[in-house]
Amino acid sequence: MSTEREILQVEDLRVEYATPDGPVRAVDGVSFSLGAGERMGLIGESGSGKTTLGTAIVRLHRPPARITGGRITLDGRDFLGAGERELRQRRMREIALIPQAAMNSLNPVMRIGDQVADGILAHEGRGARRGLGERVTLALARVGLPAGVAGRYPHQLSGGQRQRAAMAIATALQPKVIIADEPTSALDVVVQRQVMLTLGRLQQGLHAAVLLIGHDMGLIAQFAETVGVLYAGRLVEQGPVDDILDQPRHPYTRLLIDSLPTLDDKKALRGIPGLPPSLLNLPAGCPFAPRCPYAFDRCRHESPILQPVAPRQQAACHLYPQHATLPPLPASSTTEAIPQVAPPAAEGVAAKVGR
Amino acid sequence: MSALLEVRNVSKVYGGSVFRTRDLTVAVRNLSYSIADEAASITAIAGESGSGKTTLAQLMLGFLEPTSGQVFYRGRDVARMSPAERRQFRREVQPIFQDPYEAFNPFYRVDHVLETPLKRFGLASSRQEARRLMEEALERVGLRPNETLGRFPHQLSGGQRQRIGVARALLCQPRVIVADEPVSMVDASLRATILASLQTLQRDFGISIIYITHDLTTAYQICQNIVVLYLGTVAEVGSVERVIRDPKHPYTQLLVSSIPVADRRRRWGEDLPPEADAPSGPAGAQSGCPFAPRCPAVMDVCRQSPPPLFRPDSTRAAACYLHHAAPVLEAADVATVFDHHDPGSVASTV
Amino acid sequence: MSVATAMAAAGRRSPGTAALRGILRSPRLSTSLIAGIVMLALVLLLALLGPHLVNAKLANVGAVKPSQPPSAQYLLGTDSQGRDMLTIMVLGTPQTMRIGLIAGVVGLSVGLVLGLMSGFFSGAVDALIRILADSLMTVPGLAIMVIIAASVGHMTVELMGLTVAALAWMHPTRAIRAQVLSIRERSYVKVARANGEGEWGILFREVLPNLVPYVAASFVGAVSGAILAAVGLEALGLGPNDVHTLGTTIYWAEKFSAVLRGQWWWWGPPIVAIAFIFVGLFLLSAGLDRIANPKLRQRT
Repeated sequence: MSTEREILQVEDLRVEYATPDGPVRAVDGVSFSLGAGERMGLIGESGSGKTTLGTAIVRLHRPPARITGGRITLDGRDFLGAGERELRQRRMREIALIPQAAMNSLNPVMRIGDQVADGILAHEGRGARRGLGERVTLALARVGLPAGVAGRYPHQLSGGQRQRAAMAIATALQPKVIIADEPTSALDVVVQRQVMLTLGRLQQGLHAAVLLIGHDMGLIAQFAETVGVLYAGRLVEQGPVDDILDQPRHPYTRLLIDSLPTLDDKKALRGIPGLPPSLLNLPAGCPFAPRCPYAFDRCRHESPILQPVAPRQQAACHLYPQHATLPPLPASSTTEAIPQVAPPAAEGVAAKVGR
Repeated sequence: MSALLEVRNVSKVYGGSVFRTRDLTVAVRNLSYSIADEAASITAIAGESGSGKTTLAQLMLGFLEPTSGQVFYRGRDVARMSPAERRQFRREVQPIFQDPYEAFNPFYRVDHVLETPLKRFGLASSRQEARRLMEEALERVGLRPNETLGRFPHQLSGGQRQRIGVARALLCQPRVIVADEPVSMVDASLRATILASLQTLQRDFGISIIYITHDLTTAYQICQNIVVLYLGTVAEVGSVERVIRDPKHPYTQLLVSSIPVADRRRRWGEDLPPEADAPSGPAGAQSGCPFAPRCPAVMDVCRQSPPPLFRPDSTRAAACYLHHAAPVLEAADVATVFDHHDPGSVASTV
Repeated sequence: MSVATAMAAAGRRSPGTAALRGILRSPRLSTSLIAGIVMLALVLLLALLGPHLVNAKLANVGAVKPSQPPSAQYLLGTDSQGRDMLTIMVLGTPQTMRIGLIAGVVGLSVGLVLGLMSGFFSGAVDALIRILADSLMTVPGLAIMVIIAASVGHMTVELMGLTVAALAWMHPTRAIRAQVLSIRERSYVKVARANGEGEWGILFREVLPNLVPYVAASFVGAVSGAILAAVGLEALGLGPNDVHTLGTTIYWAEKFSAVLRGQWWWWGPPIVAIAFIFVGLFLLSAGLDRIANPKLRQRT
């Protein structure tokens, strides 16, 4: 990864929502970079800030969300500070977002081909009319849709086809970075596989970098090479998928992986007790401390920073660098005791500002 | 072996009329299935959207009437029950719904949904007792009554609401709980908790659970038996160990191989059968196996008539001509294919 | 989830209070809602207190010098029949409001009952009510109202209200039916059924409470529509002939050629008053709409 040129660099990004009760820090100092052609996953549950992060990177966030700090560098040039005009030029051409439920946001009264063409024309002006049909066909072919789909309306396509059409529209200008926010959340498992394989082929064809945002570790494992774990708006762990699955180093990652059901054997199902913290009233110190089985005094006062904990892995946890890996789970958390229920204030706002 | 809840040759057809038979949607086609009375079981009904699993749930709950076929509860035809029997059916077969947001009337506090069944079914003799029962049920599912009762639905999280839904079902003292995708709208870390409480209901209270889902992994985790549906018919049925570890129906094989496993050593294969294209055409005029258009092993006979359930193992049957050498499983005997041995749990009696 | 979630998270508040706090905090809502409330409050104040503060006799024919433009003595002038315009306005406005209220309440109540039954029970009941409402909706209301008004010998305020209501119930019926159809499919109705609640119980306990915000918001619209219809009838001369209303004033003004004679103080004030009432009702309706429809609320 380090030998590839870095096409997207996000440094200390902060995004806040202005609410009647005060500012909500949905993204709290996230930094990572994507190499050209790299596949990275970003996993987080609701309230982790992952969707906010995705839209903010492409600068498509809307008030009451505001970017309050950090830097975004796309293809070597500043993206965060770019003016409206430059933004519109670079969006879709260099970086594209496939938003959540994209298949539901297709214009129901326009043919697919016209919708793909729309994007191209909007960016390149009327000069692009020549050869437009071919470019539309090409865009559709990249997502495995036959040329005939261009003449059809969204309601004539199945769910998976609509999602792929949305992907074609977003990538019609062959961007170098694709951000896909839960591209398969409403789809059945077989269709999901199809769409993910399509995304993979699309990525290879364009040699684009893909940031896959989601909550399904299995999906991310199947698709991405590296993964970042988001919790309460912060990256708490980052590294190659294999390493993290084998040897998670942040307690949250560990508990998350443990809570995943598998087909290998039947085991006692374990959830993570408690609730995600309120982004309005973040506790001092580590945001995971209230639910962490390893928490000790320092965790409640001092916020840990992301630091290298293994050759290619980083984690934000006070257990390091003293420990090499996570110690075995303390006894009390291996049984599914009655989980503590945090007061509702913790959940309300987090749910409101979303994923 | 008597059946507690049984659907027999049930079909549900939507749309269409005397003049327009082309627009029929067959949600469920000639389906038979039952759960036994003797021991509480957890059965999964798995399928993708369009498989008819939600329609089947509605039929079993008595919320929908079948177009043909019958639904039996404790041997009595639901459509012909007396009001008293109907009341008993209503109380003993309880649902848990998928959407924790819609399942609560925003006008009332969450107590409303717990108090109503106690009142309507006469399960508490006084307000104190009602309160006690409510608190017990909430504690059973891992909630603290003083942080849940008295609140409005929008003040609680999705996970908490879903757990209240489980508590509500438990309060009715049911024999069967039909849970329609109870965890699909809940965060991964909370799913385990809710699923564990379903298992508790079966083990400690002797309640049979019918777990409707599209997620084979959770089905494998908590269920003993599974019914795999495809376009309204049973594709494969049997013990969850057999069906999921060693699927015999091509559709089940496709499903299992499409599950994204969090293990990069086990990657998806690259080749896939053609996707089911635009929304299925006139299902009314279908002949042959519904999976034939997509099946990699399709034969001529598959297109001619729908396959019956063949039984290559004692605890599994698949509706596929690939196994035509095996004995045929009659619709009425579907329940015999279920595995009642639940390793690691005490067999419970009702 | 909406803004209400965030605010209510701070404590045990009902959706109503939460909504109220939302209104009071949100900048966008206060403009239309508060402006509407203020305007209508002024009208109501006038309607309630006014008649006690003026001498009703001044509104009789020949009470004062006719055709006087506004002056210190007669603030709004007098009409050609010798009636004081200010007194007429003070007496007439409440009557117009009364008609609107009667028609609005009756029309909406009938619409609520029929809409509920039609949406909830389906089948024959639904078909019957729907056919009735749909066919009557297509009949030009004004024509029917003219016929009714013309055949009644002595038209009173109450009768006016009922006449207008007779043709105002169809739209609420259909609108409420649509709402009920949507509510009926919600999961919580199924949960109620599973809880052993009977069909009537579900209607009153589950469906009806959720209709209240919608009905409240529609009420204002219903009253506006009723006032408009009533004023129309009155301006044609079919209004109550024993009291003053804003519409009948316009009728008399037109009949006695006030426009041609330049007596703007005769036809002007009623029109201004009607416009004022309407704008107030509209703003109030828009403000209430935001409460009833949480999606609109979220845009803050």
